[in-house]
Amino acid sequence: MTMDDNKMTFEKITGDLTHHIRINKGFLAWMGFLTVSLLVCLYAYSLQLRNGLGVAGIRDYVTWGMYLANFVFFVAASLIGMLISAVLGLIGMKWLTPITRIAETIAVAFAAVAGLVIVSDMGRPERLAYVFIYGRPQSPILWDVTVITTYFVLSLLLLFLPMIADMAIIHRKVATLPSWLKPVYKALSLNFTDHPAQNKIINRAIRILLILLIPAALSIHTVTSWLFAVTSRAGWDSTIFGPYFVSGAFVAGSAAVIIAMFFFRRNYKLEDYLTDMHFNNMGKVLATVSLVYLYFNINEFLVPGYKLKRADAVHLQELFAGKDALMFWIVQIGGLILPILFLLFRRFRKPLPILLISIAVLIAAWFKRYLIVIPTQEHPFLPIQHVPHNFVHYSPTLIETLITIAPFILVLIIITLISKFFPVIPLHETAREKGIEHIKFD
Amino acid sequence: MEDSNNAHSPNEPENGKGSSRRNFLKNIGLAGVGVATGAAALYSGHIFEAKKEVSGDQKVLLTQDGKLVQVDSLEIKALEKTGEDLRESQSREGIPGRRWVMVTDLSKCRNARKCINACQDAHQLRPEQYHMNTLQMQDTPGTAPYNMPKNCQHCDNPPCVAVCPVDATYKRPDGIVLIENDRCIGCRFCMAACPYSARIFNWIEPKDAAIHEGQEYNAELNVPQKMGTISKCLFSADRLREGKLPYCVEACPNGVYYFGDENEDAVTNGTTKETVRLSKLLRDNGGYQLMPELGTKPRVYYLPPKNRLFPFEEAKDETPEKV
Repeated sequence: MTMDDNKMTFEKITGDLTHHIRINKGFLAWMGFLTVSLLVCLYAYSLQLRNGLGVAGIRDYVTWGMYLANFVFFVAASLIGMLISAVLGLIGMKWLTPITRIAETIAVAFAAVAGLVIVSDMGRPERLAYVFIYGRPQSPILWDVTVITTYFVLSLLLLFLPMIADMAIIHRKVATLPSWLKPVYKALSLNFTDHPAQNKIINRAIRILLILLIPAALSIHTVTSWLFAVTSRAGWDSTIFGPYFVSGAFVAGSAAVIIAMFFFRRNYKLEDYLTDMHFNNMGKVLATVSLVYLYFNINEFLVPGYKLKRADAVHLQELFAGKDALMFWIVQIGGLILPILFLLFRRFRKPLPILLISIAVLIAAWFKRYLIVIPTQEHPFLPIQHVPHNFVHYSPTLIETLITIAPFILVLIIITLISKFFPVIPLHETAREKGIEHIKFD
Repeated sequence: MEDSNNAHSPNEPENGKGSSRRNFLKNIGLAGVGVATGAAALYSGHIFEAKKEVSGDQKVLLTQDGKLVQVDSLEIKALEKTGEDLRESQSREGIPGRRWVMVTDLSKCRNARKCINACQDAHQLRPEQYHMNTLQMQDTPGTAPYNMPKNCQHCDNPPCVAVCPVDATYKRPDGIVLIENDRCIGCRFCMAACPYSARIFNWIEPKDAAIHEGQEYNAELNVPQKMGTISKCLFSADRLREGKLPYCVEACPNGVYYFGDENEDAVTNGTTKETVRLSKLLRDNGGYQLMPELGTKPRVYYLPPKNRLFPFEEAKDETPEKV
């Protein structure tokens, strides 16, 4: 390869990966839509602040409703950053390079918003600081706050560090960059000049972060599962809740990454970088983690189902053949078994079919959290008597639904902003992998 | 750690020089700490001696736990805690020397619901909010139905207290589990953790909130109720402080409840006011606890529903359709 070829290639890569960094009508329309939707949801939240949690459908028996299911879902989706970047990255899977930043963006967005979701479930959100002032280390809530904050910071660093080199390239080499953005990129580039010593420091830091990310990520979802598993209620009183939640999180997160890959590829014209091979491989990843999750599902339902202890029997009866049966079977078959079967075939791992499968998996993943959180509370150990009908059966209200949708809008806003103003695919790393040894900075 | 040994060790002479310098610095540091500590000790000793004055005027006082003590009048100091602080520390420390316990005789309960009404009046609760609720139970299809008043079991190993992130619910030495609703953040983890469904939440503005606006919170009475916080049975801690029986126990027309002190091994029936030995009552009547297998160690005992005084009647539901 001659120097000229390299230069051409580098310029093409830079152009391809950064041409979307500009404010266009589509972006403004999309952001406008998201902002208006968010405002509607925030109005719903203001009603809850004024009138109390009673505006939601939750009552004394089903006391954790959609907000908690949503929280579990958000923590779950954020876990994918660790699977893609840390686990698969550390074992040296080279094809992952263009996907790592997408996975980290999803991780950062969902982890950041998960904290807000839990605040929406608080009866006294203005006392949030009490958790730090009066915090008791015995409470799993303290553990959850600690590990989610840690994971968020690690993920944010892991998103930022590989981006330093990209910032340096962009603010020097991209002519189409809006002028007001230049100083921002310059500041974020931290005077990076592609010096070997700088690269060494960054690479070492990234490696340390990747290793730290694994226990942090395992902790966030394990601890989240313990919010349920430390109680003695049927359906929650389980010793495998940790791995059950973690494996389920990988399913949801892989699906989220595939959906994001599809839209970035189409909207930002990244067909040369996110190829069919990447979708094919992500399909295999999704199938693998789904199989692991299926294994934990079998354990989680078959073992108590075999013994049928009194409280477990009531719980499983409701799930398998009772009031929650329709949702349960759609989620288990449509969101787990069928996707595994389809993903075994290469033709379903093409971009469009795998997009549809991933959407089904992601929706099912949300309802699966609903099924984990709510039915257990509808049949406590002692009977529910002498209370209004809406205490006995949980049904979400409109305000509650809007407050549940708000975090999704926030996540979309965060992902849109990050992907719009930064290269979706690591620029410096891609250039390296295409054989460009040293980038000249003037 | 082993540097000082190594310094003189003939086996590793190459370490000698560096570590002896380290030792020197370490010794200087130690000496410094020693001097500082000694000086501090001397100074505090001086202060202590200076303050040790005796007037010779001895006063006899009654302590909180009922002992007579003699102290020098100069050593008597006014309690710094006053008003709300005092009440808060009292409500956390409980009533000294007591271990409150309740016995509910299921053979006498006819679901009169007088206990429930008295409780709801005292604690400013809405009709659908229960600290005490009488449930119509049937353990298995073949066994007889019975009425079971159910309140907070004031567990000695309370799952609710363990999970509370902010210490808003706590276990007192006298056995009562209380709530500080000025502290509660409304996460409802305690409700999820309680196997007895004993806890309720103020989902909306509490009953008569406007009337009690600005009133200081009394943890031993759990009023005023506050929106967005937890509430539950507290064994009428305010009544116990006055030496009276709890509201529900006093209100029962059928002699269902005994209440008393485990340390004294005595419980008093709220209807007949008869005081009996707790251990004998439990032994003679086959007393038991709810779900002991969960390891929560409740402080409420039940006497089985045998030889019932009243026939079992299906209860009418009088709560509103929707709240």
